[in-house]
Amino acid sequence: MATMNVSIVTPERVAYESDDVEIINVRTIDGNRGIMPNHEPLITGLNIGIIRVKDGSGEDIFSATQGYMEVKPDEVTVLVGSAEHSEEIDVDRALAAKEEAEERLEKKHEDHIDERQAEIALEKALNRLQASKHHDFDQFE
Amino acid sequence: MQSMRDIKRQISSVENTKKITRAMKMVASAKLQKAQERAENAKPFFTKTKQTLAGITGGDTQDSHPLMEEREVEKVGYVVVTGDRGLCGPYNNKVIKKVEELTAARDEDVALFAVGNQGQRHFKRNGYEIISEYLDVPDKPGFVVAENIAIEIMELYREEMLDEVNIVYTDFESVLSHKVEVIELFPIEPPEQKEDAENMSKYLYEPSAGAVLNSVLPQYVTNLIFGSLLQAKASEFASRMTAMDSATENAEEMIDDLTLSYNRARQAAITQELTEIVGGAEALE
Repeated sequence: MATMNVSIVTPERVAYESDDVEIINVRTIDGNRGIMPNHEPLITGLNIGIIRVKDGSGEDIFSATQGYMEVKPDEVTVLVGSAEHSEEIDVDRALAAKEEAEERLEKKHEDHIDERQAEIALEKALNRLQASKHHDFDQFE
Repeated sequence: MQSMRDIKRQISSVENTKKITRAMKMVASAKLQKAQERAENAKPFFTKTKQTLAGITGGDTQDSHPLMEEREVEKVGYVVVTGDRGLCGPYNNKVIKKVEELTAARDEDVALFAVGNQGQRHFKRNGYEIISEYLDVPDKPGFVVAENIAIEIMELYREEMLDEVNIVYTDFESVLSHKVEVIELFPIEPPEQKEDAENMSKYLYEPSAGAVLNSVLPQYVTNLIFGSLLQAKASEFASRMTAMDSATENAEEMIDDLTLSYNRARQAAITQELTEIVGGAEALE
């Protein structure tokens, strides 16, 4: 089976790198999509969402923030603000962040920027929680 | 010849200075370790970002994006990344010199975005137009800082207040080697196509060129700025560490010299006393 090189890079580190990836699933600005080897060259933006990468050794799941992705037939580069592996997600922290964001959203804000920030924070927290639950992926299929 | 008391006072004052420079060196080297780690970790991100430019701009699109639009240059902007504090050797000056050199060579109007107190103070004093100031950037610059800078520049570029924007920062190569770099931020130009570009198919934009560029270009610029900030921070600490290290060494040398002259003065005083006693005793005989 054809494979491709995939790297997920954030400002803090290279979160993932592998040569024998069979498929990568990401959430683009246009919705979820899977990329397999020999894909046509493509550039697209990414939204906060879950990235799933399947290589020879199994599947890795990341919770990622916004960024973009460059696809070449044998190479996919994902550049995002942050990407956490499902196993390293701090569930308690994510829960706390979720509650805080919800609280901030409940208070009526005059300031729309603040509201937008709270929404983004909530989205990120939910995304982390989602990624940390390995089994619960049906809704992404 | 100075008296013993004067020399002693001088020694203790140099000792104090040495204590300060040594403490500063230690602080800088501790901070450097972290900043270096961050800069090195961010390097793949930084280089990947630069690499993807060909892909981003080489897409299958007829109409160019406002941020890629090249127009006659009437006003140039420079983002000047310096430190907030001095005592770091030639670090700040090198950036300032570079900017002065660049601006002197331009006929167009120049405006600056000052990141860091040192650059801001210098250029304000010299009557440069400063559009905005980003002072007291934390030692661990957050992504937000880069985002804010990027948003402001993009706004001005879109409004055609600026027709070209560059960032001047210090690239961190190693602890001993850092050099001032200039990157062009706007207009975002597609890199020169290589010869083998013909057999490379054009990139697709999905859902549409406009939507993708709207999302990707701002992030591209933010990434570049963020990378520059991290590089600059690491360079600043490395520079401060080296400067304070040699200051400490100089202080030690000075103390050695002063101690030598102190001992000489002491010896001279003893000799003189002895001669006086011997002279006195002889006079009594």
